[in-house]
Amino acid sequence: MIKVEQITKVFGKNPVLKNISTTIHQGEVVAIIGPSGSGKSTFLRCLNLLEKPTEGKIYIKDREITDPKVNILEVRKHIGMVFQQFNLFPHMTVLENVTYAPQKVKKLAKGEVEKNAKDLLAKVGLSDKVDSYPSQLSGGQKQRVAIARALAMEPEIMLFDEPTSALDPEMVKEVLDVIKDLAETGMTMVIVTHEMNFAKEVADRVIFIDDGVILEDAEPHQFFNAPKSERAKDFLSKLL
Amino acid sequence: MNLDFSQLGPYIPFLLQGIWITLKFVFVSILIGLILGTLLALCKITRHSILTWFANAYTSIFRGTPLILQLMIIFYAIPQLTGYDIPTFLAAILAFGLNSAAYVSEIIRAGIMAVDKGQVEAAEALGIPYRPMMLNIILPQAVKNILPALMNEFITLTKESAVVSTIGYLDLMRRAQIIGAQLYRNFEPLLVAGLIYWVMVVILTKLGSILERRLRASD
Repeated sequence: MIKVEQITKVFGKNPVLKNISTTIHQGEVVAIIGPSGSGKSTFLRCLNLLEKPTEGKIYIKDREITDPKVNILEVRKHIGMVFQQFNLFPHMTVLENVTYAPQKVKKLAKGEVEKNAKDLLAKVGLSDKVDSYPSQLSGGQKQRVAIARALAMEPEIMLFDEPTSALDPEMVKEVLDVIKDLAETGMTMVIVTHEMNFAKEVADRVIFIDDGVILEDAEPHQFFNAPKSERAKDFLSKLL
Repeated sequence: MNLDFSQLGPYIPFLLQGIWITLKFVFVSILIGLILGTLLALCKITRHSILTWFANAYTSIFRGTPLILQLMIIFYAIPQLTGYDIPTFLAAILAFGLNSAAYVSEIIRAGIMAVDKGQVEAAEALGIPYRPMMLNIILPQAVKNILPALMNEFITLTKESAVVSTIGYLDLMRRAQIIGAQLYRNFEPLLVAGLIYWVMVVILTKLGSILERRLRASD
Protein backbone atom coordinates (compact mmCIF):
# COMPACT_ATOMS: atom_id res chain seq x y z
CA MET A 1 0.00 0.00 0.00
CA ILE A 2 2.70 2.46 1.07
CA LYS A 3 6.29 1.89 0.04
CA VAL A 4 8.95 4.27 1.31
CA GLU A 5 12.31 4.05 -0.41
CA GLN A 6 15.33 5.64 1.16
CA ILE A 7 13.83 8.99 2.01
CA THR A 8 15.90 11.75 3.49
CA LYS A 9 14.59 15.05 4.75
CA VAL A 10 16.89 17.95 5.49
CA PHE A 11 15.74 21.20 7.12
CA GLY A 12 18.38 23.81 6.33
CA LYS A 13 21.53 21.87 7.17
CA ASN A 14 19.84 19.67 9.69
CA PRO A 15 19.03 16.12 8.50
CA VAL A 16 15.81 15.03 10.22
CA LEU A 17 15.26 11.79 8.31
CA LYS A 18 18.19 9.71 7.12
CA ASN A 19 17.64 7.15 4.43
CA ILE A 20 14.41 5.66 5.73
CA SER A 21 12.79 2.70 3.96
CA THR A 22 9.76 0.67 4.93
CA THR A 23 6.61 -0.87 3.54
CA ILE A 24 3.15 -0.59 5.04
CA HIS A 25 0.58 -3.09 3.83
CA GLN A 26 -3.11 -2.72 3.19
CA GLY A 27 -5.09 -2.88 6.44
CA GLU A 28 -2.02 -2.65 8.61
CA VAL A 29 -1.98 -0.45 11.72
CA VAL A 30 1.52 0.88 12.31
CA ALA A 31 2.51 2.78 15.45
CA ILE A 32 5.49 5.08 15.19
CA ILE A 33 7.29 5.62 18.43
CA GLY A 34 10.37 7.54 19.39
CA PRO A 35 11.74 10.39 21.44
CA SER A 36 10.80 14.00 20.73
CA GLY A 37 12.67 15.42 17.79
CA SER A 38 13.49 11.99 16.43
CA GLY A 39 11.80 12.72 13.10
CA LYS A 40 8.69 10.59 13.56
CA SER A 41 6.23 13.40 12.83
CA THR A 42 8.29 14.49 9.84
CA PHE A 43 8.19 10.93 8.55
CA LEU A 44 4.40 10.86 8.88
CA ARG A 45 4.06 14.24 7.19
CA CYS A 46 6.12 12.98 4.26
CA LEU A 47 3.51 10.32 3.58
CA ASN A 48 0.96 12.93 2.41
CA LEU A 49 3.64 15.31 1.22
CA LEU A 50 2.99 18.01 3.80
CA GLU A 51 6.77 17.73 3.89
CA LYS A 52 8.49 16.92 0.65
CA PRO A 53 11.34 14.47 1.09
CA THR A 54 14.69 15.94 0.08
CA GLU A 55 15.63 12.60 -1.46
CA GLY A 56 14.04 9.22 -1.97
CA LYS A 57 10.74 7.94 -3.27
CA ILE A 58 7.35 7.17 -1.81
CA TYR A 59 4.87 4.90 -3.57
CA ILE A 60 1.22 4.64 -2.71
CA LYS A 61 -0.53 1.73 -4.41
CA ASP A 62 2.46 1.43 -6.77
CA ARG A 63 2.22 5.04 -7.86
CA GLU A 64 5.20 7.23 -7.11
CA ILE A 65 3.81 10.29 -5.30
CA THR A 66 7.18 11.99 -4.97
CA ASP A 67 7.27 12.35 -8.76
CA PRO A 68 7.07 16.15 -9.37
CA LYS A 69 4.46 15.55 -12.08
CA VAL A 70 2.00 14.01 -9.64
CA ASN A 71 -0.95 16.16 -8.56
CA ILE A 72 -0.40 16.36 -4.81
CA LEU A 73 -4.00 17.37 -4.07
CA GLU A 74 -5.23 14.27 -5.87
CA VAL A 75 -2.98 12.10 -3.69
CA ARG A 76 -4.09 13.79 -0.48
CA LYS A 77 -7.77 13.17 -1.24
CA HIS A 78 -7.18 9.54 -0.44
CA ILE A 79 -5.13 10.06 2.70
CA GLY A 80 -6.83 11.38 5.83
CA MET A 81 -4.80 13.16 8.48
CA VAL A 82 -5.47 13.97 12.10
CA PHE A 83 -3.28 16.54 13.84
CA GLN A 84 -2.09 16.99 17.39
CA GLN A 85 -3.70 20.45 17.55
CA PHE A 86 -6.95 19.29 15.81
CA ASN A 87 -6.83 22.21 13.33
CA LEU A 88 -10.59 22.41 12.99
CA PHE A 89 -11.85 25.40 11.01
CA PRO A 90 -12.96 27.70 13.86
CA HIS A 91 -15.39 29.78 11.81
CA MET A 92 -17.40 26.76 10.66
CA THR A 93 -19.83 24.64 12.63
CA VAL A 94 -19.02 21.01 13.34
CA LEU A 95 -21.20 19.92 10.43
CA GLU A 96 -19.60 22.44 8.06
CA ASN A 97 -16.15 21.27 9.13
CA VAL A 98 -17.04 17.74 8.14
CA THR A 99 -18.95 18.55 4.94
CA TYR A 100 -16.71 21.25 3.47
CA ALA A 101 -14.06 19.10 1.81
CA PRO A 102 -16.36 16.42 0.34
CA GLN A 103 -18.48 19.19 -1.19
CA LYS A 104 -15.60 21.32 -2.47
CA VAL A 105 -13.09 18.65 -3.38
CA LYS A 106 -15.20 15.68 -4.35
CA LYS A 107 -18.07 17.85 -5.66
CA LEU A 108 -20.65 15.66 -3.98
CA ALA A 109 -24.22 16.87 -3.50
CA LYS A 110 -24.96 18.70 -0.26
CA GLY A 111 -27.72 16.38 0.90
CA GLU A 112 -25.66 13.23 0.45
CA VAL A 113 -22.62 14.79 2.12
CA GLU A 114 -24.62 16.00 5.11
CA LYS A 115 -26.24 12.62 5.63
CA ASN A 116 -22.86 10.94 5.52
CA ALA A 117 -21.39 13.55 7.88
CA LYS A 118 -24.17 13.06 10.40
CA ASP A 119 -23.61 9.29 10.30
CA LEU A 120 -19.91 9.81 10.94
CA LEU A 121 -20.55 12.26 13.77
CA ALA A 122 -22.94 9.74 15.31
CA LYS A 123 -20.22 7.12 15.07
CA VAL A 124 -17.78 9.30 17.01
CA GLY A 125 -20.56 10.09 19.53
CA LEU A 126 -21.18 13.73 18.62
CA SER A 127 -24.67 13.74 17.14
CA ASP A 128 -25.73 16.47 19.57
CA LYS A 129 -22.85 18.80 18.55
CA VAL A 130 -23.64 19.07 14.85
CA ASP A 131 -24.43 22.79 15.00
CA SER A 132 -21.83 23.76 17.61
CA TYR A 133 -18.69 25.71 16.82
CA PRO A 134 -15.29 24.21 17.64
CA SER A 135 -14.76 26.77 20.41
CA GLN A 136 -17.72 25.25 22.26
CA LEU A 137 -16.20 21.75 22.34
CA SER A 138 -13.76 20.05 24.67
CA GLY A 139 -10.40 18.86 23.34
CA GLY A 140 -11.57 15.29 23.07
CA GLN A 141 -14.68 16.33 21.18
CA LYS A 142 -12.63 18.50 18.82
CA GLN A 143 -10.34 15.61 18.03
CA ARG A 144 -13.29 13.34 17.33
CA VAL A 145 -14.70 15.94 14.94
CA ALA A 146 -11.29 16.09 13.28
CA ILE A 147 -11.36 12.33 12.81
CA ALA A 148 -14.88 12.51 11.34
CA ARG A 149 -13.73 15.31 9.03
CA ALA A 150 -10.88 13.19 7.71
CA LEU A 151 -13.11 10.13 7.32
CA ALA A 152 -15.71 12.11 5.38
CA MET A 153 -13.32 12.09 2.41
CA GLU A 154 -13.45 8.27 2.54
CA PRO A 155 -9.69 7.91 2.61
CA GLU A 156 -7.85 4.66 2.05
CA ILE A 157 -5.15 5.56 4.54
CA MET A 158 -5.37 7.47 7.82
CA LEU A 159 -2.43 9.28 9.37
CA PHE A 160 -2.50 10.33 13.02
CA ASP A 161 0.10 12.79 14.31
CA GLU A 162 0.12 12.44 18.11
CA PRO A 163 -3.68 12.57 18.24
CA THR A 164 -3.89 12.58 22.04
CA SER A 165 -0.84 14.64 23.02
CA ALA A 166 -2.75 17.91 23.35
CA LEU A 167 -5.61 16.41 25.36
CA ASP A 168 -6.44 16.51 29.04
CA PRO A 169 -5.79 13.06 30.50
CA GLU A 170 -9.45 12.23 31.02
CA MET A 171 -10.19 12.82 27.35
CA VAL A 172 -7.53 10.56 25.93
CA LYS A 173 -9.64 7.42 26.16
CA GLU A 174 -12.63 8.74 24.20
CA VAL A 175 -10.33 9.56 21.28
CA LEU A 176 -8.34 6.34 21.46
CA ASP A 177 -11.59 4.35 21.50
CA VAL A 178 -12.63 5.98 18.23
CA ILE A 179 -9.25 5.21 16.66
CA LYS A 180 -9.44 1.64 17.94
CA ASP A 181 -12.88 1.17 16.36
CA LEU A 182 -11.49 2.49 13.12
CA ALA A 183 -8.55 0.09 13.26
CA GLU A 184 -10.99 -2.79 13.53
CA THR A 185 -12.66 -1.81 10.26
CA GLY A 186 -9.47 -2.73 8.43
CA MET A 187 -8.36 0.82 7.63
CA THR A 188 -4.68 1.25 6.84
CA MET A 189 -3.36 3.49 9.59
CA VAL A 190 -0.09 5.09 10.61
CA ILE A 191 -0.11 6.55 14.11
CA VAL A 192 2.61 8.62 15.73
CA THR A 193 1.95 8.22 19.44
CA HIS A 194 3.33 8.36 22.94
CA GLU A 195 0.58 6.10 24.25
CA MET A 196 2.51 2.86 24.63
CA ASN A 197 -0.38 0.80 25.95
CA PHE A 198 -2.49 1.90 23.04
CA ALA A 199 0.27 1.01 20.58
CA LYS A 200 0.65 -2.39 22.22
CA GLU A 201 -3.06 -3.05 21.98
CA VAL A 202 -3.97 -1.66 18.56
CA ALA A 203 -0.89 -1.75 16.36
CA ASP A 204 0.11 -4.66 14.15
CA ARG A 205 3.61 -3.27 13.98
CA VAL A 206 5.74 -0.79 15.87
CA ILE A 207 8.39 1.31 14.20
CA PHE A 208 10.88 2.93 16.53
CA ILE A 209 12.60 5.99 15.12
CA ASP A 210 15.53 7.72 16.73
CA ASP A 211 17.62 10.51 15.30
CA GLY A 212 16.08 10.14 11.85
CA VAL A 213 16.71 6.42 11.54
CA ILE A 214 14.43 3.39 11.96
CA LEU A 215 16.04 1.44 14.77
CA GLU A 216 13.33 -1.17 15.24
CA ASP A 217 10.51 -2.50 13.14
CA ALA A 218 8.72 -5.29 14.95
CA GLU A 219 5.47 -6.70 16.27
CA PRO A 220 4.34 -4.90 19.41
CA HIS A 221 4.91 -7.72 21.90
CA GLN A 222 8.35 -8.30 20.52
CA PHE A 223 9.24 -4.60 20.55
CA PHE A 224 7.93 -3.95 24.06
CA ASN A 225 9.21 -7.15 25.64
CA ALA A 226 12.48 -7.68 23.86
CA PRO A 227 13.75 -4.59 22.03
CA LYS A 228 16.93 -5.25 20.10
CA SER A 229 18.62 -1.87 20.23
CA GLU A 230 20.10 -0.30 23.33
CA ARG A 231 18.43 2.98 22.41
CA ALA A 232 14.95 1.43 22.43
CA LYS A 233 15.65 -0.38 25.72
CA ASP A 234 16.74 2.91 27.21
CA PHE A 235 13.69 4.73 25.81
CA LEU A 236 11.23 2.13 27.13
CA SER A 237 12.89 1.99 30.55
CA LYS A 238 12.19 5.69 31.02
CA LEU A 239 8.47 5.24 30.47
CA LEU A 240 6.04 4.13 33.11
CA MET B 1 -18.91 85.96 16.73
CA ASN B 2 -21.98 86.21 14.57
CA LEU B 3 -22.96 82.91 13.07
CA ASP B 4 -25.83 83.11 10.61
CA PHE B 5 -27.07 79.85 9.18
CA SER B 6 -30.21 81.37 7.66
CA GLN B 7 -28.38 82.46 4.50
CA LEU B 8 -27.29 78.87 4.02
CA GLY B 9 -30.91 77.80 3.45
CA PRO B 10 -31.10 77.94 -0.37
CA TYR B 11 -27.78 76.15 -0.69
CA ILE B 12 -28.68 73.19 1.54
CA PRO B 13 -29.91 70.92 -1.32
CA PHE B 14 -26.72 71.70 -3.26
CA LEU B 15 -24.64 70.77 -0.22
CA LEU B 16 -26.62 67.61 0.53
CA GLN B 17 -26.19 66.35 -3.03
CA GLY B 18 -22.50 66.30 -2.17
CA ILE B 19 -23.12 63.51 0.33
CA TRP B 20 -24.14 61.11 -2.43
CA ILE B 21 -21.29 62.29 -4.68
CA THR B 22 -18.77 61.70 -1.88
CA LEU B 23 -20.28 58.39 -0.82
CA LYS B 24 -20.35 57.09 -4.38
CA PHE B 25 -16.68 57.63 -4.99
CA VAL B 26 -15.62 56.58 -1.48
CA PHE B 27 -17.55 53.33 -1.89
CA VAL B 28 -16.01 52.53 -5.28
CA SER B 29 -12.54 53.45 -3.97
CA ILE B 30 -12.91 51.18 -0.95
CA LEU B 31 -14.01 48.36 -3.24
CA ILE B 32 -11.03 48.84 -5.55
CA GLY B 33 -8.71 49.09 -2.56
CA LEU B 34 -10.12 45.96 -1.00
CA ILE B 35 -9.96 43.78 -4.11
CA LEU B 36 -6.58 45.03 -5.29
CA GLY B 37 -5.24 45.04 -1.73
CA THR B 38 -6.24 41.39 -1.27
CA LEU B 39 -4.55 40.41 -4.52
CA LEU B 40 -1.40 42.32 -3.52
CA ALA B 41 -1.44 40.66 -0.10
CA LEU B 42 -1.61 37.24 -1.80
CA CYS B 43 1.33 38.27 -4.02
CA LYS B 44 3.31 39.18 -0.92
CA ILE B 45 2.93 35.74 0.65
CA THR B 46 3.57 33.57 -2.42
CA ARG B 47 6.86 31.90 -3.19
CA HIS B 48 6.96 33.57 -6.61
CA SER B 49 9.60 36.21 -5.99
CA ILE B 50 8.61 38.38 -8.98
CA LEU B 51 5.07 38.82 -7.64
CA THR B 52 6.37 39.54 -4.16
CA TRP B 53 8.81 42.08 -5.53
CA PHE B 54 6.08 43.78 -7.55
CA ALA B 55 3.67 43.96 -4.59
CA ASN B 56 6.35 45.34 -2.28
CA ALA B 57 7.44 47.95 -4.83
CA TYR B 58 3.82 48.95 -5.36
CA THR B 59 3.25 49.40 -1.64
CA SER B 60 6.48 51.32 -1.24
CA ILE B 61 5.58 53.81 -3.97
CA PHE B 62 1.94 54.37 -3.04
CA ARG B 63 2.66 54.60 0.67
CA GLY B 64 5.79 56.63 0.20
CA THR B 65 4.34 59.57 -1.75
CA PRO B 66 1.56 62.02 -0.85
CA LEU B 67 -1.94 61.06 -1.88
CA ILE B 68 -2.59 64.53 -3.27
CA LEU B 69 0.45 64.16 -5.53
CA GLN B 70 -0.83 60.81 -6.83
CA LEU B 71 -4.19 62.43 -7.51
CA MET B 72 -2.54 65.33 -9.36
CA ILE B 73 -0.42 62.97 -11.44
CA ILE B 74 -3.42 60.90 -12.44
CA PHE B 75 -5.62 63.89 -13.18
CA TYR B 76 -3.11 66.19 -14.92
CA ALA B 77 -0.40 63.87 -16.22
CA ILE B 78 -2.59 61.27 -17.92
CA PRO B 79 -4.17 63.83 -20.31
CA GLN B 80 -0.71 65.27 -21.00
CA LEU B 81 0.74 61.86 -21.83
CA THR B 82 -2.13 60.20 -23.62
CA GLY B 83 -4.40 62.99 -24.74
CA TYR B 84 -7.23 61.23 -22.90
CA ASP B 85 -9.12 63.82 -20.89
CA ILE B 86 -9.75 61.83 -17.72
CA PRO B 87 -13.06 62.59 -15.93
CA THR B 88 -12.73 63.72 -12.33
CA PHE B 89 -14.68 60.73 -11.00
CA LEU B 90 -12.37 58.26 -12.71
CA ALA B 91 -9.27 60.12 -11.56
CA ALA B 92 -10.62 60.19 -8.02
CA ILE B 93 -11.46 56.48 -7.73
CA LEU B 94 -8.15 55.55 -9.37
CA ALA B 95 -6.06 57.66 -7.01
CA PHE B 96 -7.94 56.65 -3.87
CA GLY B 97 -8.42 53.01 -4.87
CA LEU B 98 -4.80 52.48 -5.85
CA ASN B 99 -3.55 54.30 -2.78
CA SER B 100 -5.84 52.45 -0.39
CA ALA B 101 -4.81 49.10 -1.92
CA ALA B 102 -1.26 49.68 -0.67
CA TYR B 103 -2.44 50.09 2.92
CA VAL B 104 -5.07 47.35 2.72
CA SER B 105 -2.52 44.88 1.33
CA GLU B 106 -0.34 45.34 4.41
CA ILE B 107 -3.32 44.93 6.75
CA ILE B 108 -4.50 41.77 4.98
CA ARG B 109 -1.00 40.32 4.76
CA ALA B 110 -0.65 40.73 8.52
CA GLY B 111 -4.07 39.11 8.99
CA ILE B 112 -3.16 36.10 6.85
CA MET B 113 0.17 35.65 8.61
CA ALA B 114 -1.64 35.63 11.96
CA VAL B 115 -3.88 32.70 10.98
CA ASP B 116 -2.55 29.51 12.55
CA LYS B 117 -0.50 27.60 10.00
CA GLY B 118 -2.25 24.43 11.08
CA GLN B 119 -5.26 25.76 9.16
CA VAL B 120 -3.35 25.64 5.88
CA GLU B 121 -2.04 22.18 6.73
CA ALA B 122 -5.50 20.88 7.57
CA ALA B 123 -6.85 22.26 4.29
CA GLU B 124 -3.93 20.82 2.32
CA ALA B 125 -4.29 17.44 3.99
CA LEU B 126 -7.93 17.36 2.87
CA GLY B 127 -6.87 18.04 -0.71
CA ILE B 128 -8.52 21.47 -0.84
CA PRO B 129 -7.12 23.57 -3.72
CA TYR B 130 -5.45 26.94 -3.09
CA ARG B 131 -8.31 29.17 -4.19
CA PRO B 132 -11.16 27.76 -2.05
CA MET B 133 -8.69 27.34 0.81
CA MET B 134 -7.87 31.05 0.72
CA LEU B 135 -11.42 32.23 0.06
CA ASN B 136 -13.31 30.00 2.48
CA ILE B 137 -10.82 29.08 5.17
CA ILE B 138 -7.92 31.50 5.53
CA LEU B 139 -9.35 34.89 4.49
CA PRO B 140 -12.52 34.68 6.63
CA GLN B 141 -10.34 34.08 9.69
CA ALA B 142 -7.89 36.80 8.64
CA VAL B 143 -10.67 39.34 8.05
CA LYS B 144 -12.10 38.70 11.49
CA ASN B 145 -8.79 39.61 13.10
CA ILE B 146 -8.11 42.67 10.99
CA LEU B 147 -11.59 44.16 10.86
CA PRO B 148 -10.74 47.02 13.28
CA ALA B 149 -7.67 47.92 11.22
CA LEU B 150 -9.67 47.74 7.99
CA MET B 151 -12.41 49.94 9.44
CA ASN B 152 -9.74 52.43 10.38
CA GLU B 153 -8.52 52.49 6.80
CA PHE B 154 -12.07 53.00 5.48
CA ILE B 155 -12.64 55.86 7.91
CA THR B 156 -9.39 57.52 6.89
CA LEU B 157 -10.34 57.15 3.25
CA THR B 158 -13.78 58.67 3.84
CA LYS B 159 -12.28 61.75 5.43
CA GLU B 160 -9.30 62.07 3.13
CA SER B 161 -11.73 61.96 0.22
CA ALA B 162 -12.08 65.72 0.74
CA VAL B 163 -8.76 66.02 -1.09
CA VAL B 164 -10.57 65.45 -4.41
CA SER B 165 -11.98 68.95 -4.10
CA THR B 166 -8.58 70.09 -5.39
CA ILE B 167 -9.24 68.65 -8.86
CA GLY B 168 -12.70 70.23 -8.97
CA TYR B 169 -14.70 67.09 -8.22
CA LEU B 170 -17.99 68.35 -6.80
CA ASP B 171 -17.88 66.43 -3.55
CA LEU B 172 -19.12 67.59 -0.17
CA MET B 173 -15.97 69.59 0.56
CA ARG B 174 -15.89 71.35 -2.79
CA ARG B 175 -19.55 72.31 -2.44
CA ALA B 176 -18.94 73.78 1.02
CA GLN B 177 -16.14 75.88 -0.46
CA ILE B 178 -18.30 77.05 -3.34
CA ILE B 179 -21.12 78.07 -1.00
CA GLY B 180 -18.59 79.86 1.19
CA ALA B 181 -17.30 81.84 -1.78
CA GLN B 182 -20.84 82.77 -2.84
CA LEU B 183 -21.89 83.97 0.59
CA TYR B 184 -18.56 85.44 1.65
CA ARG B 185 -19.16 83.39 4.77
CA ASN B 186 -17.05 80.27 5.16
CA PHE B 187 -17.61 79.17 8.69
CA GLU B 188 -21.24 78.07 8.38
CA PRO B 189 -20.94 75.84 5.27
CA LEU B 190 -17.68 74.33 6.53
CA LEU B 191 -19.26 73.60 9.90
CA VAL B 192 -22.21 71.85 8.28
CA ALA B 193 -19.90 69.88 5.97
CA GLY B 194 -17.80 68.89 8.97
CA LEU B 195 -20.89 67.67 10.78
CA ILE B 196 -21.91 65.58 7.76
CA TYR B 197 -18.43 63.97 7.52
CA TRP B 198 -18.60 63.17 11.22
CA VAL B 199 -22.04 61.55 10.91
CA MET B 200 -20.82 59.47 7.94
CA VAL B 201 -17.88 58.20 9.97
CA VAL B 202 -20.09 57.43 12.98
CA ILE B 203 -22.41 55.38 10.76
CA LEU B 204 -19.43 53.59 9.21
CA THR B 205 -18.06 52.80 12.68
CA LYS B 206 -21.45 51.44 13.73
CA LEU B 207 -21.65 49.21 10.64
CA GLY B 208 -18.15 47.97 11.46
CA SER B 209 -19.04 46.95 14.99
CA ILE B 210 -22.20 45.17 13.80
CA LEU B 211 -20.11 43.23 11.29
CA GLU B 212 -17.51 42.48 13.92
CA ARG B 213 -20.13 41.10 16.27
CA ARG B 214 -21.55 38.88 13.54
CA LEU B 215 -18.12 37.50 12.69
CA ARG B 216 -17.53 36.70 16.35
CA ALA B 217 -20.57 34.40 16.40
CA SER B 218 -18.27 31.36 16.30
CA ASP B 219 -16.24 32.36 19.39
